[in-house]
Amino acid sequence: MGMTITEKILARHAGRNRVTPGELISARVDVVLANDITAPLAIKEFRKIGVKRVFDPDRVILVPDHFVPNKDIKSAEQAKEMREFAREQGLTNYFEVGRMGIEHCLLPEQGLVGPGDVVIGADSHTCTYGAVGAFATGVGSTDLAAAMALGETWFKVPASIKFVYEGELPAWVTGKDLILYTIGDIGVEGALYQAMEFTGPAIDNLSMDGRFTMANMAIEAGAKNGIIAPDQRTVDYVRGRVKRPYEVLASDPDAAYARVITYDVTKIEPQVAFPHSPDNTRPVSAAGNVEIDQVVIGSCTNGRMEDLRLAARVLARHRVHPNVRLIIIPGTQEIYRQALDEGLLGVFVRAGAAVSTPTCGPCLGGHMGVLAAGERAVATTNRNFVGRMGHPESEVYLANPAVAAASAVLGRIAHPGEVT
Amino acid sequence: MMLLRGKAWTFGDNIDTDVIIPARYLNTSDPAELARHCMEDADREFARKVQPGDIIVGGANFGCGSSREHAPLAIKGAGVSCVIARTFARIFYRNAFNIGLPILECPAAVDGIRSGDQVEVDTASGRIKNLTTGAEFEAKPIPPFMQEIIAAGGLIEHVRRKFHLGEN
Repeated sequence: MGMTITEKILARHAGRNRVTPGELISARVDVVLANDITAPLAIKEFRKIGVKRVFDPDRVILVPDHFVPNKDIKSAEQAKEMREFAREQGLTNYFEVGRMGIEHCLLPEQGLVGPGDVVIGADSHTCTYGAVGAFATGVGSTDLAAAMALGETWFKVPASIKFVYEGELPAWVTGKDLILYTIGDIGVEGALYQAMEFTGPAIDNLSMDGRFTMANMAIEAGAKNGIIAPDQRTVDYVRGRVKRPYEVLASDPDAAYARVITYDVTKIEPQVAFPHSPDNTRPVSAAGNVEIDQVVIGSCTNGRMEDLRLAARVLARHRVHPNVRLIIIPGTQEIYRQALDEGLLGVFVRAGAAVSTPTCGPCLGGHMGVLAAGERAVATTNRNFVGRMGHPESEVYLANPAVAAASAVLGRIAHPGEVT
Repeated sequence: MMLLRGKAWTFGDNIDTDVIIPARYLNTSDPAELARHCMEDADREFARKVQPGDIIVGGANFGCGSSREHAPLAIKGAGVSCVIARTFARIFYRNAFNIGLPILECPAAVDGIRSGDQVEVDTASGRIKNLTTGAEFEAKPIPPFMQEIIAAGGLIEHVRRKFHLGEN
Protein backbone atom coordinates (compact mmCIF):
# COMPACT_ATOMS: atom_id res chain seq x y z
CA MET A 1 0.00 0.00 0.00
CA GLY A 2 1.38 3.39 -0.99
CA MET A 3 1.27 6.67 0.89
CA THR A 4 -0.29 10.07 0.27
CA ILE A 5 1.93 13.13 -0.03
CA THR A 6 0.78 14.21 3.44
CA GLU A 7 1.81 10.84 4.93
CA LYS A 8 5.18 10.91 3.13
CA ILE A 9 6.07 14.36 4.44
CA LEU A 10 5.08 13.44 7.98
CA ALA A 11 6.98 10.12 7.83
CA ARG A 12 10.19 11.86 6.70
CA HIS A 13 9.92 14.40 9.50
CA ALA A 14 9.27 11.66 12.05
CA GLY A 15 12.31 9.68 10.87
CA ARG A 16 10.11 6.82 9.74
CA ASN A 17 9.64 4.80 6.56
CA ARG A 18 5.89 5.05 6.76
CA VAL A 19 3.07 6.40 8.88
CA THR A 20 -0.61 5.52 8.82
CA PRO A 21 -3.68 7.68 9.49
CA GLY A 22 -4.63 7.86 13.15
CA GLU A 23 -1.08 7.30 14.40
CA LEU A 24 0.41 9.79 16.83
CA ILE A 25 3.90 10.88 15.82
CA SER A 26 6.52 13.33 16.97
CA ALA A 27 7.82 15.27 13.97
CA ARG A 28 10.55 17.78 13.26
CA VAL A 29 9.24 21.16 12.06
CA ASP A 30 11.01 23.25 9.40
CA VAL A 31 9.30 26.53 10.23
CA VAL A 32 7.25 27.84 13.14
CA LEU A 33 5.27 31.06 12.73
CA ALA A 34 3.29 33.48 14.86
CA ASN A 35 1.70 36.91 14.47
CA ASP A 36 1.07 39.93 16.69
CA ILE A 37 -2.05 38.35 18.24
CA THR A 38 -0.76 34.84 18.87
CA ALA A 39 2.94 35.54 19.53
CA PRO A 40 2.52 37.36 22.86
CA LEU A 41 0.77 34.30 24.36
CA ALA A 42 3.37 31.97 22.81
CA ILE A 43 6.23 34.06 24.20
CA LYS A 44 4.67 33.96 27.66
CA GLU A 45 4.44 30.15 27.51
CA PHE A 46 7.95 29.86 25.98
CA ARG A 47 9.36 31.73 29.01
CA LYS A 48 7.66 29.27 31.37
CA ILE A 49 9.57 26.36 29.79
CA GLY A 50 12.80 27.85 31.07
CA VAL A 51 14.97 27.50 27.95
CA LYS A 52 16.87 30.62 26.92
CA ARG A 53 16.93 30.37 23.13
CA VAL A 54 14.55 29.27 20.39
CA PHE A 55 15.61 26.07 18.58
CA ASP A 56 16.74 27.98 15.46
CA PRO A 57 16.58 31.78 14.96
CA ASP A 58 16.26 31.30 11.18
CA ARG A 59 13.20 29.09 11.48
CA VAL A 60 11.12 30.92 14.06
CA ILE A 61 9.26 33.56 12.04
CA LEU A 62 7.30 36.45 13.52
CA VAL A 63 5.09 38.69 11.40
CA PRO A 64 3.10 41.63 12.76
CA ASP A 65 0.07 41.73 10.47
CA HIS A 66 -3.24 41.47 12.33
CA PHE A 67 -3.59 44.72 14.27
CA VAL A 68 -0.78 46.67 12.60
CA PRO A 69 -0.09 49.44 11.85
CA ASN A 70 -1.02 49.49 15.53
CA LYS A 71 -4.75 50.11 15.89
CA ASP A 72 -4.75 51.06 19.57
CA ILE A 73 -2.47 51.19 22.60
CA LYS A 74 -3.02 47.59 23.65
CA SER A 75 -2.25 46.37 20.13
CA ALA A 76 0.86 48.53 20.12
CA GLU A 77 1.97 46.82 23.34
CA GLN A 78 1.42 43.38 21.80
CA ALA A 79 3.38 44.29 18.66
CA LYS A 80 6.15 45.73 20.83
CA GLU A 81 6.41 42.59 22.92
CA MET A 82 6.82 40.53 19.76
CA ARG A 83 9.38 42.94 18.26
CA GLU A 84 11.47 42.90 21.43
CA PHE A 85 11.41 39.09 21.56
CA ALA A 86 12.53 38.95 17.91
CA ARG A 87 15.49 41.23 18.75
CA GLU A 88 16.39 39.37 21.93
CA GLN A 89 16.41 36.04 20.10
CA GLY A 90 18.16 37.43 17.01
CA LEU A 91 15.40 36.18 14.71
CA THR A 92 16.40 36.62 11.08
CA ASN A 93 12.82 36.57 9.85
CA TYR A 94 10.95 39.33 11.62
CA PHE A 95 9.19 41.69 9.22
CA GLU A 96 8.46 45.28 10.24
CA VAL A 97 5.59 47.48 9.04
CA GLY A 98 6.58 48.92 5.67
CA ARG A 99 8.53 45.76 4.78
CA MET A 100 6.00 43.17 5.87
CA GLY A 101 2.94 41.48 4.52
CA ILE A 102 0.04 39.30 5.56
CA GLU A 103 1.94 36.25 6.85
CA HIS A 104 0.52 33.68 4.45
CA CYS A 105 1.16 35.89 1.43
CA LEU A 106 4.61 36.82 2.74
CA LEU A 107 6.24 33.49 3.63
CA PRO A 108 5.88 31.80 0.22
CA GLU A 109 6.83 35.03 -1.57
CA GLN A 110 10.01 35.30 0.50
CA GLY A 111 10.85 31.63 -0.09
CA LEU A 112 10.58 30.78 3.60
CA VAL A 113 8.42 27.70 3.02
CA GLY A 114 9.14 25.04 0.43
CA PRO A 115 7.91 21.72 -0.96
CA GLY A 116 8.12 18.85 1.51
CA ASP A 117 8.35 21.14 4.57
CA VAL A 118 6.47 20.69 7.81
CA VAL A 119 5.24 24.10 8.95
CA ILE A 120 3.18 25.00 11.98
CA GLY A 121 1.85 28.45 12.68
CA ALA A 122 -0.20 30.00 15.44
CA ASP A 123 -2.76 31.01 12.85
CA SER A 124 -5.38 28.73 11.37
CA HIS A 125 -4.64 29.78 7.79
CA THR A 126 -1.13 28.36 8.00
CA CYS A 127 -2.58 25.58 5.82
CA THR A 128 -2.00 27.99 2.87
CA TYR A 129 1.51 26.57 2.33
CA GLY A 130 0.06 23.27 1.16
CA ALA A 131 -0.06 25.07 -2.20
CA VAL A 132 3.72 24.60 -2.56
CA GLY A 133 3.49 20.96 -1.48
CA ALA A 134 4.27 21.46 2.21
CA PHE A 135 2.45 19.95 5.18
CA ALA A 136 1.30 23.09 6.97
CA THR A 137 -1.22 23.45 9.75
CA GLY A 138 -2.45 25.89 12.36
CA VAL A 139 -1.89 25.41 16.09
CA GLY A 140 -2.48 27.41 19.25
CA SER A 141 0.06 29.54 21.06
CA THR A 142 1.05 26.89 23.61
CA ASP A 143 1.77 24.29 20.91
CA LEU A 144 3.77 26.96 19.14
CA ALA A 145 5.75 27.83 22.28
CA ALA A 146 6.73 24.18 22.72
CA ALA A 147 7.82 23.95 19.08
CA MET A 148 9.81 27.20 19.40
CA ALA A 149 11.82 25.47 22.12
CA LEU A 150 12.00 21.93 20.72
CA GLY A 151 11.89 22.28 16.93
CA GLU A 152 9.37 19.47 16.95
CA THR A 153 5.74 18.84 17.74
CA TRP A 154 3.28 15.96 17.79
CA PHE A 155 0.64 15.18 15.20
CA LYS A 156 -2.11 12.67 14.68
CA VAL A 157 -1.55 11.54 11.09
CA PRO A 158 -4.64 12.62 9.15
CA ALA A 159 -6.49 10.48 6.65
CA SER A 160 -6.71 12.19 3.26
CA ILE A 161 -9.64 13.11 1.06
CA LYS A 162 -8.73 13.33 -2.62
CA PHE A 163 -10.54 15.99 -4.63
CA VAL A 164 -10.36 15.67 -8.41
CA TYR A 165 -11.29 18.77 -10.41
CA GLU A 166 -12.06 17.79 -14.02
CA GLY A 167 -12.40 20.14 -16.97
CA GLU A 168 -11.45 23.72 -17.80
CA LEU A 169 -12.47 26.68 -15.65
CA PRO A 170 -15.23 28.87 -17.15
CA ALA A 171 -14.73 32.65 -17.39
CA TRP A 172 -14.52 34.46 -14.02
CA VAL A 173 -14.25 31.18 -12.11
CA THR A 174 -11.16 31.08 -9.88
CA GLY A 175 -9.50 28.99 -7.20
CA LYS A 176 -11.73 30.85 -4.72
CA ASP A 177 -14.83 29.52 -6.44
CA LEU A 178 -13.51 25.96 -6.50
CA ILE A 179 -12.80 26.00 -2.77
CA LEU A 180 -16.10 27.74 -1.88
CA TYR A 181 -17.97 25.24 -4.02
CA THR A 182 -16.12 22.37 -2.32
CA ILE A 183 -16.83 23.69 1.19
CA GLY A 184 -20.46 24.24 0.17
CA ASP A 185 -20.59 20.61 -0.92
CA ILE A 186 -18.87 18.89 2.03
CA GLY A 187 -19.74 21.40 4.78
CA VAL A 188 -17.66 23.21 7.40
CA GLU A 189 -16.93 19.93 9.17
CA GLY A 190 -16.70 17.89 5.97
CA ALA A 191 -12.96 17.33 6.33
CA LEU A 192 -12.67 17.40 10.13
CA TYR A 193 -9.21 16.14 11.22
CA GLN A 194 -8.40 15.18 7.61
CA ALA A 195 -6.10 16.29 4.79
CA MET A 196 -7.66 17.78 1.65
CA GLU A 197 -5.58 16.86 -1.39
CA PHE A 198 -6.47 18.90 -4.47
CA THR A 199 -5.79 17.22 -7.84
CA GLY A 200 -7.00 17.02 -11.43
CA PRO A 201 -6.62 18.91 -14.72
CA ALA A 202 -8.19 22.12 -13.38
CA ILE A 203 -5.61 22.20 -10.56
CA ASP A 204 -2.78 21.46 -13.02
CA ASN A 205 -3.86 24.55 -14.96
CA LEU A 206 -4.44 26.71 -11.88
CA SER A 207 -1.98 29.53 -11.12
CA MET A 208 0.08 29.47 -7.92
CA ASP A 209 -2.03 32.35 -6.59
CA GLY A 210 -5.19 30.31 -7.21
CA ARG A 211 -3.63 27.33 -5.47
CA PHE A 212 -2.73 29.42 -2.42
CA THR A 213 -6.37 30.50 -2.20
CA MET A 214 -7.59 26.90 -2.27
CA ALA A 215 -5.14 25.54 0.31
CA ASN A 216 -5.80 28.61 2.47
CA MET A 217 -9.47 27.74 2.97
CA ALA A 218 -9.00 24.03 3.75
CA ILE A 219 -9.42 24.96 7.43
CA GLU A 220 -12.90 26.26 6.58
CA ALA A 221 -13.93 22.64 5.95
CA GLY A 222 -12.35 21.62 9.26
CA ALA A 223 -9.29 20.12 7.57
CA LYS A 224 -5.93 19.73 9.23
CA ASN A 225 -4.18 20.67 6.00
CA GLY A 226 -4.80 21.28 2.33
CA ILE A 227 -2.17 20.16 -0.15
CA ILE A 228 -1.33 20.21 -3.86
CA ALA A 229 1.52 18.00 -5.08
CA PRO A 230 4.27 20.15 -6.63
CA ASP A 231 4.49 20.25 -10.42
CA GLN A 232 6.59 22.27 -12.87
CA ARG A 233 4.62 25.42 -11.99
CA THR A 234 5.45 24.93 -8.31
CA VAL A 235 9.12 24.29 -9.03
CA ASP A 236 9.27 27.42 -11.21
CA TYR A 237 7.72 29.39 -8.34
CA VAL A 238 10.03 28.18 -5.57
CA ARG A 239 13.24 28.16 -7.63
CA GLY A 240 15.29 31.21 -6.72
CA ARG A 241 13.10 31.89 -3.69
CA VAL A 242 13.60 28.92 -1.40
CA LYS A 243 17.25 28.86 -0.31
CA ARG A 244 17.05 25.63 1.72
CA PRO A 245 17.01 22.16 0.17
CA TYR A 246 13.45 21.03 -0.45
CA GLU A 247 11.83 17.82 -1.53
CA VAL A 248 9.24 17.41 -4.29
CA LEU A 249 6.91 14.57 -3.32
CA ALA A 250 3.75 13.06 -4.77
CA SER A 251 1.10 10.62 -3.61
CA ASP A 252 1.59 7.02 -4.71
CA PRO A 253 -0.95 5.71 -7.25
CA ASP A 254 -2.07 3.10 -4.70
CA ALA A 255 -2.28 5.49 -1.72
CA ALA A 256 -5.35 5.03 0.47
CA TYR A 257 -7.95 7.79 0.72
CA ALA A 258 -10.86 8.15 3.11
CA ARG A 259 -12.90 9.49 0.19
CA VAL A 260 -12.40 10.50 -3.43
CA ILE A 261 -14.64 13.32 -4.64
CA THR A 262 -14.75 14.41 -8.29
CA TYR A 263 -16.15 17.70 -9.60
CA ASP A 264 -16.78 18.85 -13.18
CA VAL A 265 -15.56 22.46 -12.99
CA THR A 266 -17.21 23.39 -16.28
CA LYS A 267 -20.50 23.41 -14.35
CA ILE A 268 -19.24 25.72 -11.59
CA GLU A 269 -20.16 29.43 -11.57
CA PRO A 270 -18.56 32.14 -9.46
CA GLN A 271 -19.69 31.35 -5.90
CA VAL A 272 -20.92 33.49 -3.01
CA ALA A 273 -20.96 32.23 0.59
CA PHE A 274 -23.91 33.83 2.34
CA PRO A 275 -23.93 34.67 6.07
CA HIS A 276 -22.95 33.22 8.45
CA SER A 277 -20.99 30.23 7.27
CA PRO A 278 -18.46 29.55 4.50
CA ASP A 279 -20.48 26.47 3.47
CA ASN A 280 -23.63 28.52 2.85
CA THR A 281 -22.73 28.90 -0.81
CA ARG A 282 -24.73 29.55 -3.93
CA PRO A 283 -23.84 30.56 -7.48
CA VAL A 284 -23.70 34.33 -7.96
CA SER A 285 -26.60 34.06 -10.46
CA ALA A 286 -28.79 32.86 -7.59
CA ALA A 287 -27.71 35.60 -5.16
CA GLY A 288 -30.78 37.76 -5.75
CA ASN A 289 -30.74 41.50 -5.08
CA VAL A 290 -28.41 41.93 -2.08
CA GLU A 291 -27.50 45.60 -1.59
CA ILE A 292 -24.15 46.19 0.09
CA ASP A 293 -22.30 48.88 2.06
CA GLN A 294 -18.70 47.75 1.82
CA VAL A 295 -16.36 45.62 -0.27
CA VAL A 296 -12.98 44.32 0.92
CA ILE A 297 -10.49 42.93 -1.58
CA GLY A 298 -7.41 41.45 0.07
CA SER A 299 -6.46 39.05 2.90
CA CYS A 300 -4.35 35.87 3.06
CA THR A 301 -7.00 34.31 0.83
CA ASN A 302 -7.14 36.81 -2.05
CA GLY A 303 -4.55 39.57 -1.59
CA ARG A 304 -2.08 38.43 -4.29
CA MET A 305 -1.13 39.87 -7.70
CA GLU A 306 -3.58 37.78 -9.69
CA ASP A 307 -6.38 38.90 -7.37
CA LEU A 308 -5.50 42.58 -7.75
CA ARG A 309 -5.20 42.24 -11.54
CA LEU A 310 -8.61 40.61 -11.67
CA ALA A 311 -10.13 43.41 -9.57
CA ALA A 312 -8.46 46.05 -11.73
CA ARG A 313 -9.78 44.43 -14.90
CA VAL A 314 -13.32 44.83 -13.57
CA LEU A 315 -12.80 48.29 -12.07
CA ALA A 316 -11.09 49.90 -15.06
CA ARG A 317 -13.29 52.68 -16.47
CA HIS A 318 -15.78 52.29 -13.63
CA ARG A 319 -16.52 54.14 -10.40
CA VAL A 320 -17.36 52.61 -7.05
CA HIS A 321 -21.11 52.86 -6.36
CA PRO A 322 -22.01 55.94 -4.27
CA ASN A 323 -23.34 53.77 -1.41
CA VAL A 324 -20.25 51.54 -1.23
CA ARG A 325 -16.84 51.80 0.49
CA LEU A 326 -14.31 49.75 -1.46
CA ILE A 327 -11.19 48.84 0.52
CA ILE A 328 -8.31 47.17 -1.33
CA ILE A 329 -5.37 45.73 0.59
CA PRO A 330 -2.38 44.25 -1.24
CA GLY A 331 -1.09 41.20 0.64
CA THR A 332 2.57 42.20 0.97
CA GLN A 333 4.82 45.21 0.50
CA GLU A 334 6.21 43.52 -2.64
CA ILE A 335 2.72 42.99 -4.06
CA TYR A 336 1.93 46.63 -3.21
CA ARG A 337 5.05 47.76 -5.11
CA GLN A 338 4.26 45.55 -8.08
CA ALA A 339 0.65 46.78 -8.19
CA LEU A 340 2.05 50.31 -8.16
CA ASP A 341 4.45 49.56 -11.04
CA GLU A 342 1.72 47.87 -13.09
CA GLY A 343 -0.62 50.84 -12.65
CA LEU A 344 -3.22 48.86 -10.70
CA LEU A 345 -3.19 51.22 -7.73
CA GLY A 346 -4.03 54.07 -10.10
CA VAL A 347 -7.03 52.13 -11.38
CA PHE A 348 -8.20 51.53 -7.81
CA VAL A 349 -7.72 55.12 -6.63
CA ARG A 350 -9.37 56.59 -9.73
CA ALA A 351 -12.33 54.23 -9.23
CA GLY A 352 -12.80 55.66 -5.74
CA ALA A 353 -11.31 52.85 -3.65
CA ALA A 354 -9.34 53.18 -0.42
CA VAL A 355 -5.99 51.39 -0.80
CA SER A 356 -4.10 50.34 2.31
CA THR A 357 -0.71 49.05 3.38
CA PRO A 358 -0.82 45.27 4.05
CA THR A 359 -2.84 44.23 7.13
CA CYS A 360 -5.32 41.50 8.11
CA GLY A 361 -7.35 44.33 9.70
CA PRO A 362 -10.90 44.15 8.31
CA CYS A 363 -11.01 40.37 7.71
CA LEU A 364 -11.33 39.69 11.42
CA GLY A 365 -13.11 42.91 12.38
CA GLY A 366 -9.92 44.37 13.82
CA HIS A 367 -9.57 47.71 12.08
CA MET A 368 -9.53 49.31 8.59
CA GLY A 369 -13.13 48.52 7.75
CA VAL A 370 -15.19 47.35 10.73
CA LEU A 371 -18.92 46.98 10.00
CA ALA A 372 -21.78 48.65 11.88
CA ALA A 373 -25.06 46.93 12.85
CA GLY A 374 -27.10 46.01 9.79
CA GLU A 375 -24.27 46.64 7.31
CA ARG A 376 -23.43 44.16 4.57
CA ALA A 377 -20.05 43.53 2.99
CA VAL A 378 -18.78 41.47 0.08
CA ALA A 379 -15.28 40.30 0.95
CA THR A 380 -12.63 38.18 -0.72
CA THR A 381 -11.67 36.95 2.75
CA ASN A 382 -12.26 33.49 4.24
CA ARG A 383 -14.84 33.69 7.03
CA ASN A 384 -18.32 35.16 7.35
CA PHE A 385 -19.11 34.05 10.90
CA VAL A 386 -21.41 36.12 13.14
CA GLY A 387 -19.51 39.29 14.11
CA ARG A 388 -16.43 38.32 12.09
CA MET A 389 -16.07 41.76 10.49
CA GLY A 390 -17.61 43.88 13.20
CA HIS A 391 -21.07 44.18 14.73
CA PRO A 392 -22.77 40.82 15.41
CA GLU A 393 -25.71 42.06 13.32
CA SER A 394 -23.54 42.81 10.28
CA GLU A 395 -23.24 40.41 7.34
CA VAL A 396 -20.32 39.17 5.24
CA TYR A 397 -20.63 37.56 1.80
CA LEU A 398 -17.52 35.74 0.60
CA ALA A 399 -16.61 35.87 -3.09
CA ASN A 400 -13.74 36.06 -5.58
CA PRO A 401 -12.05 39.42 -6.40
CA ALA A 402 -13.90 39.87 -9.71
CA VAL A 403 -17.31 39.39 -8.08
CA ALA A 404 -16.24 41.69 -5.24
CA ALA A 405 -15.14 44.41 -7.69
CA ALA A 406 -18.32 44.11 -9.77
CA SER A 407 -20.39 44.32 -6.60
CA ALA A 408 -18.52 47.48 -5.56
CA VAL A 409 -19.46 49.09 -8.89
CA LEU A 410 -23.12 48.09 -8.87
CA GLY A 411 -23.79 48.42 -5.12
CA ARG A 412 -25.18 44.90 -4.91
CA ILE A 413 -23.85 41.39 -5.30
CA ALA A 414 -23.06 41.16 -9.00
CA HIS A 415 -21.49 38.94 -11.64
CA PRO A 416 -18.39 40.53 -13.21
CA GLY A 417 -19.96 39.97 -16.62
CA GLU A 418 -22.52 42.67 -15.69
CA VAL A 419 -19.94 45.46 -15.69
CA THR A 420 -17.30 44.44 -18.24
CA MET B 1 -10.69 11.21 39.59
CA MET B 2 -11.91 14.74 39.02
CA LEU B 3 -15.62 15.40 39.59
CA LEU B 4 -17.02 18.54 38.03
CA ARG B 5 -20.52 19.76 38.73
CA GLY B 6 -22.43 22.70 37.31
CA LYS B 7 -25.29 24.10 35.29
CA ALA B 8 -25.41 23.37 31.56
CA TRP B 9 -25.33 26.12 28.92
CA THR B 10 -26.22 24.68 25.52
CA PHE B 11 -25.12 26.02 22.16
CA GLY B 12 -25.64 24.73 18.61
CA ASP B 13 -23.35 23.29 15.94
CA ASN B 14 -20.25 25.00 14.54
CA ILE B 15 -19.66 27.41 17.41
CA ASP B 16 -16.59 29.21 16.02
CA THR B 17 -13.82 30.88 17.97
CA ASP B 18 -14.91 34.31 16.69
CA VAL B 19 -18.17 33.77 18.56
CA ILE B 20 -16.38 32.39 21.63
CA ILE B 21 -14.17 35.46 21.78
CA PRO B 22 -14.57 38.13 19.05
CA ALA B 23 -11.32 39.42 17.52
CA ARG B 24 -12.17 42.95 18.66
CA TYR B 25 -11.06 41.83 22.14
CA LEU B 26 -7.84 40.14 21.03
CA ASN B 27 -5.66 43.11 21.90
CA THR B 28 -5.09 41.34 25.23
CA SER B 29 -4.40 37.77 26.34
CA ASP B 30 -5.48 38.28 29.96
CA PRO B 31 -7.97 35.46 30.72
CA ALA B 32 -10.04 37.60 33.13
CA GLU B 33 -10.48 40.33 30.54
CA LEU B 34 -11.25 37.81 27.78
CA ALA B 35 -13.78 36.09 30.06
CA ARG B 36 -15.87 39.28 30.25
CA HIS B 37 -16.66 38.86 26.53
CA CYS B 38 -16.90 35.07 26.36
CA MET B 39 -19.66 33.87 23.95
CA GLU B 40 -20.79 37.49 23.62
CA ASP B 41 -21.97 37.26 20.00
CA ALA B 42 -23.97 34.06 20.68
CA ASP B 43 -25.47 35.02 24.06
CA ARG B 44 -24.93 38.51 25.47
CA GLU B 45 -26.01 37.39 28.96
CA PHE B 46 -23.62 34.45 29.20
CA ALA B 47 -20.52 36.18 30.58
CA ARG B 48 -22.56 37.98 33.25
CA LYS B 49 -24.62 34.98 34.37
CA VAL B 50 -22.21 32.03 34.12
CA GLN B 51 -21.22 30.59 37.51
CA PRO B 52 -17.93 28.89 38.46
CA GLY B 53 -18.21 25.19 37.62
CA ASP B 54 -20.86 25.62 34.91
CA ILE B 55 -20.57 23.42 31.83
CA ILE B 56 -20.83 24.36 28.16
CA VAL B 57 -22.60 21.82 25.95
CA GLY B 58 -21.95 22.41 22.25
CA GLY B 59 -22.96 20.60 19.07
CA ALA B 60 -20.72 19.43 16.24
CA ASN B 61 -17.40 21.07 15.30
CA PHE B 62 -17.18 23.18 18.49
CA GLY B 63 -14.35 25.72 18.34
CA CYS B 64 -13.99 25.85 14.56
CA GLY B 65 -12.29 28.70 12.72
CA SER B 66 -9.44 30.78 14.05
CA SER B 67 -6.63 29.07 16.01
CA ARG B 68 -6.80 31.69 18.77
CA GLU B 69 -5.96 30.08 22.10
CA HIS B 70 -7.77 33.06 23.58
CA ALA B 71 -10.99 31.04 23.00
CA PRO B 72 -10.38 28.22 25.51
CA LEU B 73 -8.69 30.79 27.78
CA ALA B 74 -11.85 32.93 27.76
CA ILE B 75 -14.01 29.88 28.55
CA LYS B 76 -11.71 28.77 31.36
CA GLY B 77 -11.41 32.34 32.62
CA ALA B 78 -15.22 32.58 32.80
CA GLY B 79 -15.15 29.73 35.32
CA VAL B 80 -16.50 27.05 32.99
CA SER B 81 -15.28 23.69 34.29
CA CYS B 82 -15.74 21.57 31.19
CA VAL B 83 -16.99 21.61 27.59
CA ILE B 84 -18.98 18.69 26.20
CA ALA B 85 -19.64 18.55 22.46
CA ARG B 86 -20.57 16.17 19.69
CA THR B 87 -17.19 16.86 18.03
CA PHE B 88 -14.48 19.49 18.42
CA ALA B 89 -12.55 21.33 15.73
CA ARG B 90 -9.00 20.01 15.86
CA ILE B 91 -7.04 23.16 16.78
CA PHE B 92 -9.46 23.96 19.61
CA TYR B 93 -9.15 20.37 20.82
CA ARG B 94 -5.36 20.66 21.18
CA ASN B 95 -5.53 24.13 22.65
CA ALA B 96 -8.01 23.11 25.34
CA PHE B 97 -5.78 20.29 26.57
CA ASN B 98 -2.68 22.44 26.35
CA ILE B 99 -4.15 25.10 28.65
CA GLY B 100 -5.89 22.64 30.99
CA LEU B 101 -9.55 23.02 30.01
CA PRO B 102 -11.24 19.59 30.21
CA ILE B 103 -13.28 18.73 27.12
CA LEU B 104 -15.24 15.62 26.25
CA GLU B 105 -16.79 14.32 23.02
CA CYS B 106 -20.17 12.71 23.75
CA PRO B 107 -23.03 12.98 21.20
CA ALA B 108 -25.46 11.15 23.53
CA ALA B 109 -24.87 13.66 26.32
CA VAL B 110 -25.36 16.55 23.89
CA ASP B 111 -28.75 15.06 22.98
CA GLY B 112 -29.63 14.35 26.61
CA ILE B 113 -28.76 17.66 28.29
CA ARG B 114 -30.90 20.80 28.18
CA SER B 115 -29.84 24.33 29.05
CA GLY B 116 -30.15 24.77 32.82
CA ASP B 117 -29.81 21.07 33.70
CA GLN B 118 -27.40 20.22 36.52
CA VAL B 119 -24.61 18.06 35.15
CA GLU B 120 -21.83 16.04 36.79
CA VAL B 121 -18.73 15.01 34.87
CA ASP B 122 -15.99 12.57 35.87
CA THR B 123 -13.17 13.54 33.50
CA ALA B 124 -11.05 10.49 34.35
CA SER B 125 -13.67 7.90 33.42
CA GLY B 126 -15.58 10.03 30.92
CA ARG B 127 -18.85 9.43 32.80
CA ILE B 128 -21.36 12.25 32.41
CA LYS B 129 -24.50 12.40 34.55
CA ASN B 130 -27.51 14.65 34.04
CA LEU B 131 -28.48 15.20 37.69
CA THR B 132 -31.75 16.87 36.64
CA THR B 133 -33.04 13.87 34.64
CA GLY B 134 -30.90 11.08 36.09
CA ALA B 135 -29.61 10.06 32.64
CA GLU B 136 -26.02 8.85 32.36
CA PHE B 137 -23.65 8.96 29.38
CA GLU B 138 -20.20 7.66 28.49
CA ALA B 139 -17.86 10.02 26.62
CA LYS B 140 -15.26 8.83 24.13
CA PRO B 141 -12.11 8.05 26.10
CA ILE B 142 -9.36 10.69 25.98
CA PRO B 143 -6.48 9.38 23.79
CA PRO B 144 -3.59 8.04 25.94
CA PHE B 145 -1.20 10.62 24.50
CA MET B 146 -3.47 13.47 25.61
CA GLN B 147 -3.75 11.83 29.03
CA GLU B 148 0.07 11.99 29.28
CA ILE B 149 -0.05 15.73 28.66
CA ILE B 150 -2.75 16.10 31.31
CA ALA B 151 -0.76 13.93 33.73
CA ALA B 152 2.29 16.15 33.20
CA GLY B 153 0.12 19.17 34.09
CA GLY B 154 -0.23 20.55 30.56
CA LEU B 155 1.97 20.80 27.51
CA ILE B 156 4.48 23.28 28.89
CA GLU B 157 5.28 21.06 31.89
CA HIS B 158 5.53 18.12 29.47
CA VAL B 159 8.17 20.08 27.49
CA ARG B 160 10.00 21.20 30.67
CA ARG B 161 10.44 17.52 31.51
CA LYS B 162 11.90 16.90 28.05
CA PHE B 163 14.51 19.54 28.82
CA HIS B 164 14.97 18.01 32.32
CA LEU B 165 13.97 21.34 33.79
CA GLY B 166 11.23 19.86 35.93
CA GLU B 167 13.19 20.38 39.14
CA ASN B 168 13.48 24.16 38.69
